[in-house]
Parts: sequence; C-alpha cells; structure tokens
Amino acid sequence: MTFWGQSRILPTVCLLTFGLAGCRPTAPDQVVIVSSLPRTGPARPTSEAIVRGIRLAIDEAGGRAGSFRVKYLDLDNASVAAGRWTSEGEAANARRSVHDPAVVAVIGTLNSAAARVSLPILNYADLLMVSPANTAVGLTKPGLGLQGEPAIYRPSGRLNYVRVIPADDVQGPLAADWAFGRGLRRVCVVDDGGVYGRGVASLFADRCRQRGMAVLSHASIDPQATEFRSFVTAIVAADPDLIYFGGSTQSKGGQLARDLAAAGCEAVLLVPDGCLNQAFIDAAGPAAVEGRCFATFGGPSPDRPTIRGAAFAAAYKQRYGSLPEPAAFCGYEAAGVVLRAIAAAASRDRKAITAAALAMTDFDGVLGRWSVDANGDTTRRELSVSVVRNGRFVYEETIPATGMGGGPDGG
Amino acid sequence: MTLASFLHQCLIGLTSGGILGLIAVGYTLVYGTVGLIHFAHGDVVMLGGCLAVTLLALAGPLPLEPVAGSLLVMLVALCCGLFCGGLNVLIDRVIYRPLRQAPPLTLLVSAVGVSFILMNVGLLWIGPTDQAFPEAVMTGDRLAAGVWLPTGDLLVLAIVLPAFVGLSVLLRRTGFGRSLRSVAAVARASSRTSGPERFITATFFLGGFLGGLASVAAGIHATTVNYQLGYQTGLYALSAAVLGGIGSVPGAIVGGLLVGLVRAASVALVGPRWAVATVFFMLIVVLAFRPQGLFGRPVAAGRAA
Repeated sequence: MTFWGQSRILPTVCLLTFGLAGCRPTAPDQVVIVSSLPRTGPARPTSEAIVRGIRLAIDEAGGRAGSFRVKYLDLDNASVAAGRWTSEGEAANARRSVHDPAVVAVIGTLNSAAARVSLPILNYADLLMVSPANTAVGLTKPGLGLQGEPAIYRPSGRLNYVRVIPADDVQGPLAADWAFGRGLRRVCVVDDGGVYGRGVASLFADRCRQRGMAVLSHASIDPQATEFRSFVTAIVAADPDLIYFGGSTQSKGGQLARDLAAAGCEAVLLVPDGCLNQAFIDAAGPAAVEGRCFATFGGPSPDRPTIRGAAFAAAYKQRYGSLPEPAAFCGYEAAGVVLRAIAAAASRDRKAITAAALAMTDFDGVLGRWSVDANGDTTRRELSVSVVRNGRFVYEETIPATGMGGGPDGG
Repeated sequence: MTLASFLHQCLIGLTSGGILGLIAVGYTLVYGTVGLIHFAHGDVVMLGGCLAVTLLALAGPLPLEPVAGSLLVMLVALCCGLFCGGLNVLIDRVIYRPLRQAPPLTLLVSAVGVSFILMNVGLLWIGPTDQAFPEAVMTGDRLAAGVWLPTGDLLVLAIVLPAFVGLSVLLRRTGFGRSLRSVAAVARASSRTSGPERFITATFFLGGFLGGLASVAAGIHATTVNYQLGYQTGLYALSAAVLGGIGSVPGAIVGGLLVGLVRAASVALVGPRWAVATVFFMLIVVLAFRPQGLFGRPVAAGRAA
C-alpha cells in the first residue's frame, strides 16, 4: 500500500464514519430518554415491566415533555452468557448516553451495583439518572454505605441522581420492625453477597439485634449455584421462626424458597422488593411460598394503589392485558419525574434538567405525593408488605416510617 | 453436626456427585477418543433438561402414583438420552469433524462457540427465568436410619446407578466397548488426535446419551432448570473428569462423586460462597501430587493419559 493509497483510505473512512453518524441529526425540538436495564437473562420480566411503565408514561404525555418531542431508547446492560447485567454493558450504555447530545436523562438501573458503574460516568456530564429500583444506601446517603460513598459517584461534586423508592435504610430496618411486631424472634439471615442483597440483609440483621431478636446465622449464597439443598439443611436444623433473604429473583431467591420448603422448613420467609414479582413465585413454586412468604416494598402495594396508581393500573391492563407489577409502577414514576424535569427546565440543557429534577417538590405520582430530598432520595419512607395468596402477592399491611411495636429498645 | 445431618449431607453429595459423574463420563469419553475438551457438553445436558420439562408438561396431570410416575421419569430420561446423544453426534458432524485436523486451539474455540450457541437455544426454548422441573412422582419421603430419603433422591439414584452399571457392562463385556477402549488406548499411545470416525460418532452418542440421563436426574435434584445450567454443572463435571484422570471412565465417576461430596461438605461446613473455591482447591491439591488425576496414566508423548 502506497502512502497515497493510505491517505485516500483514511479520509474516506472518516468521511463515511462521521457522515453516516451525522445522517440523522436530532431535531432541535427533540430530546432522547434512555433506559439501561438488564433486558437479557432472568431479570428480563422485571425490566420489561419497568419499560412498559416508561412507555406508558411517555405515551400518556403525548410523546412530549414541555415543548419537546420525546424519543425513548431502551438499552440492554446484560448479556446472555453472563445472564445478568455486566459492567461492560452498563459502562457502554452510560458512555453512549453521554456522547449523544440529544440524551437528556437516563432511567436506570435495576441493580444497585450497576448504578455504581454508570453514575460516575454520567455525573461528569451532569446527565440526570433516575432509578426506578436502586435501593442500596451508599448510592446517596453519606455515612451509611462504604467508605467514600456517595462522593465517589459524584466526581464533579454535583448531584445528578434521583430515585423514586426509599433506600434500604428504610426497607431493611422496617422489615425487622414488622417481624418483631409479629412476634418472630429467631432469625436466620441469608443474602446473595451483592451490593443490594448484602446491604439490605445487613441492615435487617442490625435492626433485629437492636430489637433483641436472635440472629442465628447470616450467610451468603452463591447466586450461580443450581440448588441450595446442603445449605438449607443447616438452616432448618437451626429451627428459626423467620428466614430473611436479602436478594432478588435473579439471585436465586425462588430456588432458595423452593429448597427450604422441600427441606421441611415451616418458618416465615421474608424477602425484599427484589423478589416482589410473579417470577419469584413461579421459580419457587406457588406451593412452597403460599401463605408464608412475605415481601416488602417501599411504596404502596399494587393491590392498594394511590388514586393515580389505580388509573395507571387500569391503563396498563388495557394496554398490556395484565395488572402491573410494582416494577411497572416504579418505571412509570421514574419516567414521570424525567418528563416533568424536562418540562420544568424548558431546555435541552442537561444541567438545567438535572437541577429541575433535584428541586422537585410535591410530585403527585403513582407511588404517592413526594419530593426529592437533599441526597436525591424520595421523601416517602413507608413500607408495604405483601404475602403470597393463591399463587400471587397480595397486600397485607403498611408499615409507617416510625416502624412497629415501639422503638429499638423493645417497645 | 449431628449424625443424621451428616448422613443427609452425604446423601446430597452422593446424588449430586452421581449426576456429575454421568456428565463427566461424556467429557472423558470424547477426550479419550478425539483429544477434545467438548466444552458444549454441559449445554447439551441443559438442553436435555429443557426437553424433559417440555415432555413432562405434555404428559398430563402430575404427579402420578409412584410406579406410573417412576416409569414416566424413566421414559423421559430415555428420550432425553437419545436426544442429547443425537445432538452430540450432530455437533460432531457439523462442527468438529471438518476441524479434525485443525490445531487443538481451533477445536477448543469452536467448542466454546458451540456452548454459547446452545445457551442461546436454551434461552429461546425455556425463557430467561428458572423453570420448575415438574414433579412426576407423588412425594412420599421415607425415613431410614434417621435420614430423610426424598423421593427425588431415590429417583436420581434409580437413574444414575443403572446407568453406571450399564456403562460398565458396555465397556467391559461387549465387543463395541472393548474396541472403544482399545481405540482410546491406541489414540493415547500414539498421540493421534483421533480414532476411526465410527468410533468417534459412537463415543459422542454415548457421552450425549449419558448426559441426557443426567439432565433428568439434575432436574429432579435441583427441581428447576434454567438456560445457564450448563455452565456451572459443566464446570464441575469437567473438574470431576480431570480429577479422576481425563480419559478414564472409572476416574470420571469417582471424580464426580468426590466433587459432589466435597461440595456438599464445604457448603455445610465452610459456607455456600466457598463451595466452588473449595472444590477447585481440592482439585489443585490432588493434581499437584498426581498431575494425571486419580485414575489417569502418567503423561506421555506430551499428552495426558
């Protein structure tokens, strides 16, 4: 290849690359909202519910936010081989969003650990991220997470992250309060070893100890394992009256419930919002969890929705033919926050949109009326509890933010 | 740990180890004849599990009475065996045979590629979430010597033990088995990359057939099937084959049982997060003293026996 040959190829490639990339310039009145969720693997049903909620919110708004037309891009952060979100996938989605000037907000992630990957990337660009599902405390709350959290997710020193459901400093302790209120005193705690699962399980266990409950064991499972029969034998031998699993359907919550039932365990099983979906019951087998498995969720139960939530559920059922799962409510709420922030900013400027989201007050959504606090968290702090009846989760009760049965001293 | 608890853990270890042993035989047979680590074998087993779920779903209302249910399970296991055997032969014909004379790395990469393709087929077949393995036999757990014997474990043993006996008879008492063993021995001694094609086809079929039986046993044991089942099960089974001495059928079976027992013990005593690490630690320790594995012959002509 001669120098001239090379010199012709290079500009041609550049011309084609940048020319093709520039073929579809975004119109000045259009904004792009991206979601980054695990669309492949076991988390797909939950992600699908979130995406359906997002699409419904955008369509109900007429595909517009203020004076802008809204385009929605549904990105996958998972791979078939991994069967879950991957750091590479999440980072690639974040970089793609940052480099496309039309992208003004990212809805995601489903997994708190994935948010740890993308948050610093988005933060440099002041790109708003609204999570429908993250609950790990360290993502927003100083002093409650790992050392350096949440500053490491805000390298610019500015906030760009909002979440629509309470973090695990609400979910974990209130779940323990609920257990205490039901007279459950002997607890085995299991988690999936992940950021979310380990975090919520530890907060639950800490509160149990504060309450004077006996935490008989706290162990992590391997979420890649095919079954846990050896493990549950030891749990059953400890004779607990409550087993708490910190994890999700994707981290084998269903298999654990199935193996516990097969081993003859009759203790109450309590799981966080990561397991509050039909896929969990299907994986466990309805008979294994019927009447004895309870799930917590940092918002109203879909069985007892707010007025706006009921309207959403009706619209969802009309469009998709089934009632929405909690994840769909959260997706709808997250999209609502983004749409309102864009309208309030009346601009495509990322910084202005992020500021509008962080300054949001009295948002009247499907999860109730709430505001964004100084950390980017929702101001709502109550927890709803559902139980498996007739093969599906149904509302049981609501735990107020103050907990049940008095203070940590035993009440 | 009480005696009953110990015996229960042993039962879990033996049943899961037996399943791993059956799968490990598939790895070892193929390696002994072709010199290939058939990475997709675990995923072939996974697809067998998918077929079992589909067939049992078509079988009508379940569970059945013990005799009828057990016969149904055996029939499904036979179907899955034939399916996995046929699939293994197909993979060999289409993918591996054209590459028979290619460098070993080419074959290895092809095997990994086949594994990913089969994983995607499984994803399309049963979806992304865990699928419950239908319970074919009415539960009636039995108590023996203070140990619960779940119906599922008895069914697993009813599949695994006859398979081991049948395999032993086939390899030692039939002309086909003796030929197969001599082909493997000649291939090892001469460092050839493969034996005659008809024996290779038979080997792939036999390995796949045993994997198909194991897929039903694994479904009963774990009570669920998912599209990623092949990865970890395959990893454990391959480790079992290496531990026993890859190329050795008795070695694969003993290796499987050892891996199952060590895994159950490590879950109960050390913690479930350490199960994989403990199994591989044992593997490393054994291989440090016997690089050829427990039943393997010393390395010759640059290739493990």
